Amino acid sequence: MAMTLKVSSSPHIFTNESIPRIMLTVVISLVPAAVGAVYFFGAHALVLIVLAVASAVGTEALCQKLRGVPVTVNNCSAVVTGILLAFNLPANAPWWMAVLGSAFAIAIVKELFGGIGYNIWNPALAARAFLLASWPTTMISSTEFPAPRGGSLSGVELDGITQATPLQLIKNTIIPIFEKAESVSAAQVESARRVLEQMANADYYGALFWGRVGGVIGETSAALLILGGILLLTRSYIDWRVPVGYIGTVAVLAWVFGGPEGYFTGNVGFHVLSGGLLLGAFFMATDMVTSPITRKGKWIFAVGCGIFTMLIRLKGGYPEGVSYAILLMNTATPLIDLYTKPKIYGGS
Amino acid sequence: MSAWKIFIRGLWEDVPLFRLVLGLCPALAVTTSLRNGLGMGLATMSVLLGSNFVVSLVRKAIPAKIRIPSFIVVIASFVTIVDLVMHGFTPDLHKALGIFIPLIVVNCLILGRAEAFASKNSLGRSLLDAAGMGLGFTLALCILGSVREILGSGTICGFVLTPESYRPVLLLILPPGGFIVYGLLIAWFNLLDSGRGGR
Repeated sequence: MAMTLKVSSSPHIFTNESIPRIMLTVVISLVPAAVGAVYFFGAHALVLIVLAVASAVGTEALCQKLRGVPVTVNNCSAVVTGILLAFNLPANAPWWMAVLGSAFAIAIVKELFGGIGYNIWNPALAARAFLLASWPTTMISSTEFPAPRGGSLSGVELDGITQATPLQLIKNTIIPIFEKAESVSAAQVESARRVLEQMANADYYGALFWGRVGGVIGETSAALLILGGILLLTRSYIDWRVPVGYIGTVAVLAWVFGGPEGYFTGNVGFHVLSGGLLLGAFFMATDMVTSPITRKGKWIFAVGCGIFTMLIRLKGGYPEGVSYAILLMNTATPLIDLYTKPKIYGGS
Repeated sequence: MSAWKIFIRGLWEDVPLFRLVLGLCPALAVTTSLRNGLGMGLATMSVLLGSNFVVSLVRKAIPAKIRIPSFIVVIASFVTIVDLVMHGFTPDLHKALGIFIPLIVVNCLILGRAEAFASKNSLGRSLLDAAGMGLGFTLALCILGSVREILGSGTICGFVLTPESYRPVLLLILPPGGFIVYGLLIAWFNLLDSGRGGR
């Protein structure tokens, strides 16, 4: 019997990973938070999610048809973009915002730059920036943010202070009181201090963790986001360095600079659990296309995201900085990749 | 090249903003409305006519080594004239365009036409070139300004066009909106070319 020697070039070992498989897993990992969103905010949240996904998939198919490239909506990447975009909307947002946001994300941010794998920014986040710049009142006014079921918008007992999401409350009401402590009444300073105390106890962390505090659709419950994040981590679809570096940086900066009355008095639990940090750190900063490739690069990226997030939260004009922080670091990603290119063994 | 060809070139084949990609700074900065676009376009066209006229007249007297500074002096003189005239007769528009009127001096389109055309061609041809390029630039600014004004403010020349329920896309009258609309318009022009077998 003649023996045959098969000669082929590398790679010799294949996995059965593929884009559709990865994207489907991401979708599944987002399901807990989506179910949570519908539970907390009711049917309108579901309507927004469905419309955003439909618009994303429809736009992608249309763009790919127009560009004359194979239509690849089956790979679910547009579904992920749609869900993430909806997650970034306030629960009372009008339906057309979901449709328009998703269409912008896919058509302008993704397909115009060459489609999947070529976009510079995370499409959902860039679309959020588009919506925020175009309709700022809807995107940040507290009337668009309903209180979640079983909780309240800010999660604290307030006397004489308008309800707002926790980060809006801190940025727009509490910090100004401390900054002008001489010109406001002692009673106001006292009530601001009481709010901060309420935000620093275990009950409040529990409310943030389980989702009894308001916010955009997808950021409410830290527990459900972490659940999805763990799924992605166990499948190695995301690198632990990004969420750890990002959340860690935020925690350290919050501790050092976060307190309104001096250094090293900041409320770490509050800054880590509130706002969109967990949503951003697990699902958007980890985007394979728009984050660096190497481990060192991922550390730089994650720490940069953390620094920008805290800079915006503490010093910037917006109450929340996660989306702009990630967009800024997306922009820096090609540069980070350039400088963290590993040396080839034996090369100079 | 025939006289007609020189004139019409700036309006379609070499339309400055979309094909030569010259004069971007004013194009993106001031085209938040049709009125501003038209104003900037006409101001630029006046300067272009003036500078092509003078540069073509003195083209043989200017030593090659110092031609660029000489062109700039000519252009700057006309910009000063336009600036003062606009200040006197259209103060509102002058205020709306602000710093971008003096900045016409550094508009590459004007220097570009002086260097590439007026310094090598006769007076008549240079004026035709300036008229064509100026009109093309003005038209392009008007298109940009109209799109941004209609979608970004829901008005055209200050008249409300859209129903009250329309919520204008604010982004389009902000700088990023200028880049996006401009990019899409270039893409559209390229699409028109590729449909006819490319250039």
